[in-house]
Amino acid sequence: MAEKPREEKGISRRDMLKTAGAAGAAALIPVPLDASTTVGALEKTSTELLAAAPAGPLMNLTAHETEILSAMVDRLIPSDEMGPGALDAGALRYIDRALSEAESDAAEAYRNGLTALDRYSEYSRGKPFTELGDKEQDSVLIDLQTGSATGAGVGFVGSSGAFFNMVKSHTWQGVFGDPQYGGNVNFTGWDLINYPGVRMRVSREEQRRLEEDQLEPVRRSAYDFEQFQAGEED
Amino acid sequence: MPTQLKTTDVVIVGMGAAGGVAALPLAEAGLEVVGLEAGTWLDRRDFAPDEIRNNYRDWPMLVNKCEDERPTSRATSAQTANRVGSHPMMNAVGGTSIHYWAQSWRLNPWDFKVVSETTGRYGRGRIPAGSTVEDWPFGYDELEPYYDLVERAVGVSGQAGNIRGQLDARGNKFEGPRDREFPMPPLRWTAFNERMADSARSLGWHPFPGPAAVNSENYDGRRGCVYHGFCNKGGCPVDAKNATHLTTIPKALDTGNLRVVTRAHVTKIEVDGEGRATGVNYVVGNNEYFQPARVVLIGCYTYENVRLLLLSKSRVYPDGFSNNHGQVGRHYLSHHQGAGVSALFPYDLDAWYGLPAQGVAVDDWADDNFDHSDLNFIGGGNLWAMSDRRPISAAGMSTYGRGRNWGSGWKRFIAENADRSHGFYIQKSTLPYEDNYLDLDPTDTDRLGMPVIRITGQFKENELRIAKFIQDRAEEWYLEAGAIEVSRGGLGNSMGASTHAYGGTRMGDNRETNVVDSWGFSHEAPNLGVLGASVMGTSGARNPTLTSQALSWRTAQHLVDAWRDIAE
Repeated sequence: MAEKPREEKGISRRDMLKTAGAAGAAALIPVPLDASTTVGALEKTSTELLAAAPAGPLMNLTAHETEILSAMVDRLIPSDEMGPGALDAGALRYIDRALSEAESDAAEAYRNGLTALDRYSEYSRGKPFTELGDKEQDSVLIDLQTGSATGAGVGFVGSSGAFFNMVKSHTWQGVFGDPQYGGNVNFTGWDLINYPGVRMRVSREEQRRLEEDQLEPVRRSAYDFEQFQAGEED
Repeated sequence: MPTQLKTTDVVIVGMGAAGGVAALPLAEAGLEVVGLEAGTWLDRRDFAPDEIRNNYRDWPMLVNKCEDERPTSRATSAQTANRVGSHPMMNAVGGTSIHYWAQSWRLNPWDFKVVSETTGRYGRGRIPAGSTVEDWPFGYDELEPYYDLVERAVGVSGQAGNIRGQLDARGNKFEGPRDREFPMPPLRWTAFNERMADSARSLGWHPFPGPAAVNSENYDGRRGCVYHGFCNKGGCPVDAKNATHLTTIPKALDTGNLRVVTRAHVTKIEVDGEGRATGVNYVVGNNEYFQPARVVLIGCYTYENVRLLLLSKSRVYPDGFSNNHGQVGRHYLSHHQGAGVSALFPYDLDAWYGLPAQGVAVDDWADDNFDHSDLNFIGGGNLWAMSDRRPISAAGMSTYGRGRNWGSGWKRFIAENADRSHGFYIQKSTLPYEDNYLDLDPTDTDRLGMPVIRITGQFKENELRIAKFIQDRAEEWYLEAGAIEVSRGGLGNSMGASTHAYGGTRMGDNRETNVVDSWGFSHEAPNLGVLGASVMGTSGARNPTLTSQALSWRTAQHLVDAWRDIAE
């Protein structure tokens, strides 16, 4: 399979968000990259990047909740030498849209869970989650995942593991799902796992080429096919 | 008051896999048929290859009756049942045959005669304690002609292993004799499928391509499979998956004798003073209707068939329609599909463009195809090495103990391994037991305020022993194919809600232990017929849809042949 050029390690999205923090609450909100933003854009300064992206808060979470979620999602799939991370892929935009539509029942669980995550971080590590370093954030998230993030006043509804799994599941949908839903920007999720792409027909010959690592990946949304566009007759 | 409609010969509740098949022989015989369907028509433009919609959200259904009446579930009657997270079925013309996996198996002869075959081969005492299993009222040979009719009317691809006693090593040597070949050759195999077949042969087993209600070539005016990789819980964008809304229902409509009413939510079967069905009530939006009919056929999923009978209480049937012997809801069982085994390989499987019905089956450890003399269980499991992979689920794979499943380390793992895992769900025979049953939940209701079904079901010792035994075989197979890691699921306990739910209106000659007779008509209300897997008393080790369709055709044909006796 053809290798795609990989991003050189640059400023991570997370670092940019931290830098941008000084600019005030509005800038803290990690606005989604728009679809035309290339990986190269990550080399720009945070100011340039934020200016290039459409501004606007997440619809379903406060600025503070968004900041915590952003930090968590960034640790789940970080931007690193392997390529872009979940934030670059638009996972936050995916989650926000989902909370407005198909996953609207989950909005309360997000609000509760993010608040509890921060309280657990304060309780167990002495600092809010967003102020911890990468390793400390990871160790807090491991506690969440294993269901051991408990303590006086932490207050996960259900278990911390259930909250962790919900966020992880939605993040994976946002990174590896069809870009139609706001995530998988520039198909970075599909590039990471070498998914050969959405095709409407795979001949025996194409399957053979796939097996010989000779099939070029295609990168398009299912909804780029006319058959699935609203109002189209096939 | 409901609007009173004109009397029809036959009303069928549910235009899915079973009801959609039964409509054809009835309409072709000139009977006037009304098909009531809770869902709507969908077509190939609704079936985008979209994993989020198919596998994580509620898909393109315009009507979500099934989700609204999700059952509650518990393992034993000592527990309180909780609502299950989602319903495995969908509502639409064509029903779940639109998005099912389309493995289209015939049962093996043993499945019809578990009691007599077991007793005959191993002596008395081998039927597990507490099981209510009975022989079916007929054997495989009785159903063979109907299997053949459905395979052609719907379109099934596969490789015969036994044509009138002539064995063909390319097919399943354990299957019951067929009258002739499949109407289409099997779906193609990937290189990994070939490798699994070779590995099975090295173990001395007999691998073969599984049967699929998917066109392997152009058939009956529809295209062959395009292998786009989104068949798992997805409708087919080129009409190659043979759901009844593409096959038997349009043919029945062509006769002019079938009328399909969509968005029709049936609430009750009505009865006269003698206990005969007079028709059904249904609602469309806020409007209520009564559809009088000479014969009522219910063809919903197992949970809904049982629920509709239990909800239809009357003076004649105070405990639910056709339930004066207390058998509605009894003899419930579901396939034990848990206890899966998965493996990590050191090479790519190239499974992205496969489908769950494309694969390699092994029947050597199913049913009574091997000697159980020295084993402490009866029955077995079918092994199925399919091709099925999509991006989100691939990225969610197990890391097989090689680190946590997120973070930078995981990114390196997944970049290498996303196409290197494989999973077996292991489909094992399940028996009915005295204390596994369906009834109405005492508290949970649907939107109309009517109780939902409560599942009380637990896998018993016999089924757990099968699970362990089949896990061992699965591990052998994976290791033979070069797996570097093998992982096993737990053996299971509570049955939960299943896509393979059987019983509740079991078929049999004894009216004390069965709801319907050997033709599928009620022992108590002779003009009520039941279609679907709710009439099956054993599961076999394979998918139920083709058997439920063959039984539906047979029930419908019997209705045509015995019209006067049943309807008048």
